[in-house]
Order: sequence, then structure tokens, then C-alpha cells
Amino acid sequence: MKAAVIAENLVKTYGTKKEVTQALKGVSFEVAPGELFGIIGPDGAGKTSLFRILTTLLLADSGRAEVDGFDVVKNYEDIRHRVGYMPGRFSLYQDLTVEENLEFFATIFNTTIEENHDLIKDIYAHIEPFKNRRAGKLSGGMKQKLALSCALIHRPTVLFLDEPTTGVDAVSRKEFWEMLRMLKSQGITILVSTPYMDEASRCDRVALVQNGAIMSINTPEGITCNYGKALVAVKAENMFRLLKDLKGFSGLVDSYPFGEYHHAVLKPGTTEEALLAYLQQQGHGQPELKTAKPDIEDCFIALMKTTS
Amino acid sequence: MEREKVITTDRLTKRFGDFTAVDAISFEVEKGEIFGFLGANGAGKTTAIRMLCGLSIPTDGKATVAGFDVYRQTEQIKRSIGYMSQKFSLYEDLTVRENIRFYAGIYGKSNRFIKDKTERLLLQLHLQEEANKLVKSLPLGWKQKLAFSVAIFHEPEIVFLDEPTGGVDPVTRREFWNMIYEAAEAGITIFVTTHYMDEAEYCNRVSIMVDGRIDALDTPRNLKQQFEASTMDEVFLKLARKATRAGE
Amino acid sequence: MKQFLSFVKKEFYHIFRDHRTMFILLGMPVVQIIIFGFALTNEVKNSRIAVLDMAKDEASASLINELEASRYFEIEKYLLSYQEVEAEFKTGRIHMAVILPQNFSSDLLHLNTAQVQLIADASDPNMANTLTNYASAIIMDYLERITDGRKLPYTIKTEYRMLYNPQMKGAYNFVPGVMAMVLMLVCTMMTAITIVREKETGTMEVLLVSPVQPLKIVVAKAVPYMLLSMVNIATILLLSVFVLDVPINGSLLLLVLESILFTLTSLAFGLFISSVTNSQQTAMFISLTGMFLPTIMLSGFMFPIENMPGILQYISNVVPAKWYYIIVRSVMIKGTGLATVWKETLILFGMLLFLLFMSIKTFKIRLA
Repeated sequence: MKAAVIAENLVKTYGTKKEVTQALKGVSFEVAPGELFGIIGPDGAGKTSLFRILTTLLLADSGRAEVDGFDVVKNYEDIRHRVGYMPGRFSLYQDLTVEENLEFFATIFNTTIEENHDLIKDIYAHIEPFKNRRAGKLSGGMKQKLALSCALIHRPTVLFLDEPTTGVDAVSRKEFWEMLRMLKSQGITILVSTPYMDEASRCDRVALVQNGAIMSINTPEGITCNYGKALVAVKAENMFRLLKDLKGFSGLVDSYPFGEYHHAVLKPGTTEEALLAYLQQQGHGQPELKTAKPDIEDCFIALMKTTS
Repeated sequence: MEREKVITTDRLTKRFGDFTAVDAISFEVEKGEIFGFLGANGAGKTTAIRMLCGLSIPTDGKATVAGFDVYRQTEQIKRSIGYMSQKFSLYEDLTVRENIRFYAGIYGKSNRFIKDKTERLLLQLHLQEEANKLVKSLPLGWKQKLAFSVAIFHEPEIVFLDEPTGGVDPVTRREFWNMIYEAAEAGITIFVTTHYMDEAEYCNRVSIMVDGRIDALDTPRNLKQQFEASTMDEVFLKLARKATRAGE
Repeated sequence: MKQFLSFVKKEFYHIFRDHRTMFILLGMPVVQIIIFGFALTNEVKNSRIAVLDMAKDEASASLINELEASRYFEIEKYLLSYQEVEAEFKTGRIHMAVILPQNFSSDLLHLNTAQVQLIADASDPNMANTLTNYASAIIMDYLERITDGRKLPYTIKTEYRMLYNPQMKGAYNFVPGVMAMVLMLVCTMMTAITIVREKETGTMEVLLVSPVQPLKIVVAKAVPYMLLSMVNIATILLLSVFVLDVPINGSLLLLVLESILFTLTSLAFGLFISSVTNSQQTAMFISLTGMFLPTIMLSGFMFPIENMPGILQYISNVVPAKWYYIIVRSVMIKGTGLATVWKETLILFGMLLFLLFMSIKTFKIRLA
């Protein structure tokens, strides 16, 4: 089966001779039909440029891309008929009501709310009680649901969501991902970008991006399995001093705070016992040490440090 | 020894018409503490912070910040605090050095103080090379670190950080938190909001706001115990799910 | 077509829900007509003057009566000596002094000639000019009446008629000007701003990634402003006919058609501005300096183009408002038909085509 999205060596630079920023430095990947594909990376990694090229809003300097079998430059009109796009900023009309926004987007896609009601009904149900409220007066989570409903109203084959969960609280984020799961089950291919590493686990496959380049593409499990180093979670009474002392230990590749614990990446040959002994010697009493399973964030940190 | 209280609130309330944005919240923050102020969108965090910064007069209740009253002494409060948010931090079209000088100038520090400290700061942040570059040319992480340094440049008693690390890469995010720890060690009280639940773990104490009220306030460890959760994320979800308020 | 209509509907929602903008859009013509009609007028009414009557005889008294009886002057003060004249000007209370010499009557009767001195405050030259003209006219009238029947040797009588505007009303001049200004503002500035606003808020991104042809988007945005302009033209014409007594001497149909042509030209310029700018501020700045100021300065409505230095006269030729202003004056005031304004109409049409071409050429189907 042909891929739903193909990107081949996409390059995009901004600015003039004096100050050139390379937003994309040759990005290539493929997304299979029906896949939920995550582009994970911090602000400034090039996520938005990538989305804009794929949604025919920007021209790449070089490289090529296809969406649903259509070339993003030559067949841009075909693509515009079949993709849904939710930009990073809330991009609906704040002075129109919820219902007016939805109706407007339905008509510009030559459809009606009724025609695709089954697709959006689960999402729209959350905001339907407020359908006569102006979009500008909705809370962050509800705005996001409305924007998603508008992007889905024409039953797109590929859905592009640029940082849909940024600035949204943990509860709404969780709900949002549940909605994406539901859409995926309807056969829609979804590309979603996010700066939150913990959201990677909800995707079928992810691309970790940093400074305009993809550091790794794999399933979330695949990425963590390839970590390849021993990771230890450490906890002690004085966490701040603990971190300083970890930095001073030569047997570690890296150490950094990780939630309630600090993560210590052991050099080959360093044992947990050696680390424990060192910490006790530094006066940390009985620090808690346990082997940790690396998660996406650990991998991202490791990749960032090896690529830079 | 009882530590000095730098923020105290007693049934602090803000109403907009019929809508109670902040509903009688009471808490205290100690000097040098890192206090996490969490809550879902629309729970009332922003309104509460505005009152504490002297930008909005409460409807009811009492509060002091750095020993000053939030009703009558807002000017003194503004002089004693620093503020940084993800949205407004630095002037993109000014250079790094110009930004530092501008903010330092606002607080009426002497030229000598500003000059010495600017150089020290540039050194600490490894920004000597970039000192005369426009802020907009810096990567986001550097901007946020610079913005934080500027917010504590005038050595305030308390600094309010409103989602300071949104969208920042994981490495820089940790460097940022390292700066927060150092500032706290130096005696500056940190009042921080975040959507990253792992960052909640880095706070000494965390409060979680739901529908305008503080529903939980304790150390991360005690909160996890209390709500029988293994992470702060779970604690937050358990609490925030109860929210009935829809709008902002 | 359904897409298009739903766009227009949406645009009207935007306009109607922004009360401030709507008030400005619909209130502006009314306010401008009132300002120009009643406040900023060149006409003189009840202007304060002082009189120094050194003759104090029958003739001087009746001449003073004539002056006072006219609606142009109001006698603020009767002066007693020549020294007082300057002092009175310095207080700023009077605009003109009328001085009648001793022996006014006898000179008039026996020498057949008499002198009246008019001293005007020329710090406002237009005002001084108008005042002395009015006063001279009244004095001439008076003279004519008292010498009536008697044969004067070698008197040349000038007779003048003010064509098209016998009462020299300022409204005849500014109504066409206000029409040009309002249309320009509504069509050029508002269209440019509303399109650029969509770029700023990011909604343009979503619209571009939709099957709607981008050109349709912008044309749909222009339609409501076109309709609003028609409402504005109607308001202005009604106000001028019924409040300012300015007649529509020529064909109303022609006037409306020409106005539509000018509206389209302004819209095309607004579209052009919107495709070359990305912020509302810039769009506003360009429309103000590129359109609004030239409309006021170089259309001939505030300052006569004939009096401008050559280069400005040339520049004025590229200002669409200049041609529209000429057309409206001809059709509305002079009552002429297409036969006399076909040249100006063609020029406007050419400008419309050029601006449309430019805005289509610069129009972007992508973000950058």
C-alpha cells in the first residue's frame, strides 16, 4: 500500500544572506495510511515549517513531498481538498459562535454538518451545549475541540495537527489524545506534532526532531529499546546537592533531574554499587537507587547530546 | 525555627460579576521555597497570580506579599517581585545587553550595579558572544533562561514564573530548573506554574487549584500518598477531573 | 456560489459584531458632512466688525444700516477715533473695520465720489478676502441705489454671475470631496485591514488549506464593503440634498454608476495592499499615506490643483480620487452627462484594470 505521506530530503531556510536560519535540514520520512504519527520536538525544531510544507502553505527550498499520492507543489489543489489542518495557534473566528464557525467551515469544504456528523459527533458533543457562545469566550480545551471539529468537518483523509496540546492542561490533553485514537480507528491518517515528550507513547510511530533534523524514527517502544545504556534512578534527602554530586562522579555519561528522581546514565563498566558507594561517601546516607526503564525523554536527551 | 513567610493569603477571593474566579484561597509560602501553583486551564491561577503581583485588587479576603498588603501597597509589592511568563518576556528587537539594561533600569538600580551585574550575568549564561545580538536570533531555550535572569536581576524577594518552560527542549528545561534551584538557594522564593507534571516533582510544595479553590496543598511525596498515586500526573488528573467549570 | 455566500455572510457577522467599527463605517459620512457643512465652512456669517463713522450724517448712517442688515456682518463696536482701530484688532474680537470719512454725504452729493476704507485682519487671508468682497458688494449695491436715475459720467458697471453655485455655497465643493474620501476609507482601508487581520490571526492559514480558491476568499471579503459603500453614498446624497440643499443636477444613475466604478478601483487598491502586507498596522499605514492623504491633498477638493507646483500637478494625475472628484462635480453640480466626463471615466477604468492586474499578480496562494 502506498504511503499516505512521503517527505524526501526536505530543506527550508529563512532569512537573507546575513542571518540565515535553517528550519529544516533534509527531513525524510514516510507515514502509512491510517497511522498516528508523532513529530516530537521542542519549539524551533522545525515542526511548523514541516507541517506548512506538507499542507501546501510553504514551498520547500529543495526535496519533495507527497500527501495522499499528490505532489505538494504540483497538485496542491487536490491536497487542499482532502487534508484537514489545525495550525498551532487557535485559528477560528473568535467573534463567530461555535455553530457559526462549524457551519462556515462546512460550507467552504462543500459539505454540511449533517453529512459528516457521525465523524465529529463524539467530539462536538462536548461543546454542543455552548453552540451559541462566541468562540473567543471558550476555554482552552473547548477551543481545541472546536478547532478539531472544524478540521474534520469534510472527512479528510490525512489530518495535520500542529501542536494541538500546547498550553493545554493535563486533563484536556488526555481527552484530546483519546479523541485522536477514536479518529484513527475511523481510518484517518494523523500527523501530530508536540513538544511534550510524554505524549510520544500515544503514537504508533514517532520522529524525534531537533534543530531541523530528525534524530530518530521508530515506534515509541523501538526508540526506548535502542537506548542501549544503563539508567539508574536516584533519590536522596537533599536532591539539589545530590544532583551536584552526580555531576561530579566520573563514572556517569550524564545525570539530570527526572520527576521525583534524578536519572544517572552509567558509563560502560560503572556499576550501581559503585555509584551507591560514591554517594554514601559524599554523605547522602542511604540514597534510594533503582534501575530505571528509559522513556522517550531519556532517549531525546541522549540523542540531543550525541548529535550536537 | 519557623521560617519567614513571604506570601500569606487568607480567604483571598476575586469575583467578576456572578463568577467567582478565585474562591477564598488560603496558603502561605516560605522564604526560599519553590512553590508549584498548578491547576487546569480556567481554574483561576492567572487571576490569583495577578492579585499577588498587585495587578488586580481582590474582592475579599486578605493577602500579603513580601510583607506588603495587596490592597494598599501594590507599588511596594511590584518593587519586591520579579515576573516572567512564556508569552511576555523580552523585547525581540533589542539586543541581549539592551534588554538587561532596560529591565534593570526600571527598578532604579545604580549604573555601577547594573554594569557589573550585566557582565557577570552574561558570563554565567555563556552569552558574552551574543551580548550584542538581537534577542530574536536566540534559540527559545536561551531566551527563557535570559528572561529568568532578567526577572531576578534586581534581586527580588519573590519571582513569579508563569509556564516558563513551555515548548523548551528537555535538556534546556533542566538547565532552566537548575537556575531556579540556584535562585532558591540564594533565598529567592519561587512561585511557578507549569503544565509539565514532572516539574511539579521539583517543587518543595505544590498546590492544585480546581474551580477557583485550592483542593490540595502539600509536598509532592505527601500528595502522591494522599491520593494513592504513583506520579504527580495521576494526582493532577484525579483532582482536575472533578472540575465542573467549563469556561474561562 | 454557496461557498461564496457563506463567506459574505461571515464577513457581515464580523462587521456587525464589531460595534465600534460599524459605528465608524456608517457614522463617518454623517459626521464628515456635518463637519464640512457646518464647522469647516469658508462662508462668512455674522462676522464681527467695527465701524468708525466720522461723518455721522444721513448717508453714512444708512450705509452702516445696510451692512448690519446683511447676514454677513454683525457690528461689534462703534469706534470713536482712528487710534482705536488698531487696538480693537489686537483684542481679536473683530475681523474687519469699516471707516467712513468726514463729509461722506457731501462728498457723495457734490463730488459724486466718496471713499470708504475697509481694514481687514489678513492673518487669515481667505477670510479677509471674503469679508472685503462682501463689504464692497454691499457698498456698491447701496451706491447704485442712491445714484439710481441719475446719470453718472463714465461709470463702468461690472455685473457678475456665479455659475452653478449662485450662492457660493461651500457644500458644492465638499460634498463630492467627502464622497471620494469616505469611499476610499471604507473600500481601501477596511478591505485591506480585514484581509490582513485573517493573516494575523492565522485563520488565513486554515482557509488556504481548503478547497476554496484563494481569489474567491478575497473577493468575498470585498463584497460587504462594496455594499456598505453604497449605503454610505446614499447617506451622503440624502444629507446633501435634504440638509445642505445641494441639488443633484445631472443623472442620478450616472452618478451611482461612476461611484461604483470608483468603489471598485478603491477595492482593488485595498486588495493590492493586503497582498503585499502582513500586519494590520502596515496595511493601515499604507492605505492612509497611499490613498487617504492624496485624496485630501491632491484631488483638488481642499486645494485647487491649478495653484500647485508642476510636479504635484503631475502626481495628482495618478490619484483616482482626483478623477472621481471631477466626475462627481460635473454630474452632480453642473448637471452634465457622460459626454463631458467620458475621459475621466476611462482613466478611472484604466486605473481599476491596472490595480486588479497588480493585486492578482501579487496575490499569494501560499503563506510566503
